[in-house]
Amino acid sequence: MKGQGSRVKGQRLENLPDKTGHFGIYGGRYISETLMPVVLELEKAYLKFKSDKNFKKELDYYLKEYVGRPTPLYFAERLTKKARGAKIYLKREDLNHTGAHKINNTMGQILLAKRMGKTRIIAETGAGQHGVATATVAAMFGLPCEIYMGTEDIERQKPNVFRMKLLGAKVNPVSSGSCTLKDAMNEAIRDWTTNVWNTFYIIGSVAGPHPYPMMVRDFQSVIGKEAREQIKNIEGRLPHYLVACVGGGSNAMGLFHPFIKDKGVKMIGIEAAGYGIKTGKHAASICAGKVGVLHGSKTYLLQDSDGQIIHTHSVSAGLDYPGVGPEHSYLHDTGKIEYTAITDKEALNAFKALSLLEGIIPALESSHAVAYAMKLAAKLGKDKIIIVNLSGRGDKDLNTAAKEMGVEI
Amino acid sequence: MKVQSSKFKVQSRIGQTFKRLKDNGERALITFITAGDPDLKTSKDIIFELEKSGADIIELGIPFSDPMADGPTIQAASERALKKGATLSHVLELVRDVRKKSQIPMVLFGYYNPIFAYCVEKFANDAKQAGADGVLVVDLPPEEASELKTHTDKNGLDLIFLLTPTSDDNRMRLVAENASGFIYYVSVAGITGARKGLSGTIQKSVNKVRQFTSLPVSVGFGISTQEQARKVSTWADGVVVGSAIINVIEKNHGSPDLVKKVGEFVSQIKKEMSL
Repeated sequence: MKGQGSRVKGQRLENLPDKTGHFGIYGGRYISETLMPVVLELEKAYLKFKSDKNFKKELDYYLKEYVGRPTPLYFAERLTKKARGAKIYLKREDLNHTGAHKINNTMGQILLAKRMGKTRIIAETGAGQHGVATATVAAMFGLPCEIYMGTEDIERQKPNVFRMKLLGAKVNPVSSGSCTLKDAMNEAIRDWTTNVWNTFYIIGSVAGPHPYPMMVRDFQSVIGKEAREQIKNIEGRLPHYLVACVGGGSNAMGLFHPFIKDKGVKMIGIEAAGYGIKTGKHAASICAGKVGVLHGSKTYLLQDSDGQIIHTHSVSAGLDYPGVGPEHSYLHDTGKIEYTAITDKEALNAFKALSLLEGIIPALESSHAVAYAMKLAAKLGKDKIIIVNLSGRGDKDLNTAAKEMGVEI
Repeated sequence: MKVQSSKFKVQSRIGQTFKRLKDNGERALITFITAGDPDLKTSKDIIFELEKSGADIIELGIPFSDPMADGPTIQAASERALKKGATLSHVLELVRDVRKKSQIPMVLFGYYNPIFAYCVEKFANDAKQAGADGVLVVDLPPEEASELKTHTDKNGLDLIFLLTPTSDDNRMRLVAENASGFIYYVSVAGITGARKGLSGTIQKSVNKVRQFTSLPVSVGFGISTQEQARKVSTWADGVVVGSAIINVIEKNHGSPDLVKKVGEFVSQIKKEMSL
C-alpha cells in the first residue's frame, strides 16, 4: 500500500474523492437521512459553480481586494540561521484579513450559500478563527450568523468571542461532552438538521460529510497554488519539504494539495502531541488513533475500545479535535504524506522563537508546524528548502501563552 | 413502483407483530429507552414493564458519546448510561437477558462508531444470537450501509432506515429498496425530543411513503403526549415514543417507583391509541 507516487491502486491522488465522496475507505456521508438531500444538493451546487467563470471571478475579486491575497512567501532568515540547516520559508496566511487561512474557505462557502438562496449561516469553531472568519463574511454579505463554540474554548479564546459578537454573530456556548470543538460541531449539526431549509452550514475544516472535505480543500488550495508559484519565482525550483499543522487539517490540505503530483516534494502534517502521546493527553488522531466514524465521515479518531470518542488535549484550541479530515487518513495510509506530532511545550518554544527571531507572533496551532520545521531544518543541508504554513497569527493566544509562561497580563 | 421486501415475506418477529396488530385493527406502540439508563438492571425491569404496559416493540438505544441526531433528553440519557459504564457488549447482554423471558421484538438503535469499533460482522452475529430483531443506525444512510446490510441480511436481522420531511422521491425509493422490518418516518426535520405541536404534513407524508413500500410505516420524533400518539396512530402503522419516556425516567431517577411510573405513562398512551 505504501508508495510515494501520485498514483495509488490506479487512482490518481489529485482526483480524489471518488464520485461517492470516498478517499479509499475514508470519507463518505455518514449523516442522518434528514441531511442527505441537503448534502446532495450542496454537492450539485458546488460542482456547478466550481466551473462557473463568474463564481471564480467573484471569489478571486474578494480574495484579492478583501482578504488581501496573495499572501507573501517570506524567507525566514534569522529562523533559518538559528536552525543551521535548510532554508525555511513561511507562507504568511497570518496576514490574511481576520488573521488566519480560515477566510479562504468561508469566503468561498458564503458565495455558494448566496447562490443557493440560503438566508442563515451557522458554523462551529474551536480557536475562534473559523468563527471569526465566518462572522466576518456573514457581516459583509448581510446574512444572520450563529456560531457554536465549546465553553472551554470560550474561556481560552475570549478575544475571538468578542470579535464574533462585534461582527454581529450570535455565539452559542456548548457545554456538552468535552466543551470543545467536537461538541461545538455536534451542536452545529443539530442546528443544521433542525433548520435545514434555510440554513447553510459553513464547516471550517476538511472534515464533515462529502462534499465538505473536497470543497474546503479546494477553497484552501489557493495557499499551495500561490506558494508553488512563489517558490519557483524566488528559488527557481520546488521545495523539498512542506510542513503544516493538522487538527482537522484544512491549512495542511490547502498547502499540500497543489503539490501532490510533485514527486520530489515531501509533505509532513504535524498533529498536537499535547503533554506527550504517551500521556494519553493529546489530539494526535492519525499518530495515535483508530479508524472510525464521526461528524459525517470515516477517518482516524481518538476513541476508546468501545467506540466512544475520548477527550483530547492540546494547548491550541484549533488542534484540540479527536478526528482529522478523511483525505489526510487516506494520504497517511498510502504513505504519500508523513504525520508526526509536536508537544505543547515544543509549540510554545517555537511560539517564542518566531516572535523573537522574526517579529512574527504565530498562532499556537501554526507554532506546532514551526517547531517541527526547526527540528527538520537542523537535520538537512543548506541547499534544502522547507515551506511552513504559518496558518494564523497569535494575537488570540496571548492569554494562553502568558498563562503557560507564568506571566500575568 | 413499490418495492417488495424479501425480509417481509420471511416474517421476522417485527413483521409478525405488525401483521398481528393489523389483523386486530391496532397500531404498534414502539417505545425507546437508552440501554443502561439509569443502569442495566433497571433497563431490564423497564423493558418488562413496557411490555406489560402495552408496548409492542422496544427500541433500545446504544449509548454514544456524540449523539448528533439527539436532543438534550436523549443526550443526557446517553451520558448517564456511559457514566455507569454501559458498553455495546452490555447492551447485547441486556437483550439476551430479556429474550430469555420475553418474545417482544427488540430493535437496536444507535450510531455507527460503536458498532464499527465492535466489528460490524461480529455485531450482527452477536445481536442475532442475543435475540435482537432489528438494527437502526441513525448516521448510516443506505449509501454507506452495504457492509452492515450484508451481515444483518445474513443473520435475518431487519435493517430499518429513516425517511424525513426532506426526503424526495429518489430518497424514498432508495430507502424502500434497502429497508426491512418497517420504515421509520421522522415527523419533523430536526433532532429527537418532545415538541408541543405535531407537524401538519405527517399524514400526507406517510401516504407518500406508502407509494414506495409495502413495509409498515412508523412515525417518531417529537411524539410525547397521548393526544399526539392517538392522532399519529390513525395515519401510521406504528408510533414511536422516546424522549417522553426518558423524561419520566429522568424525573424519577433514584426513586423506587421509577419502573412503575414508566409503566403508567406508557399504558396511558397505549389506552389512548386503542380508543
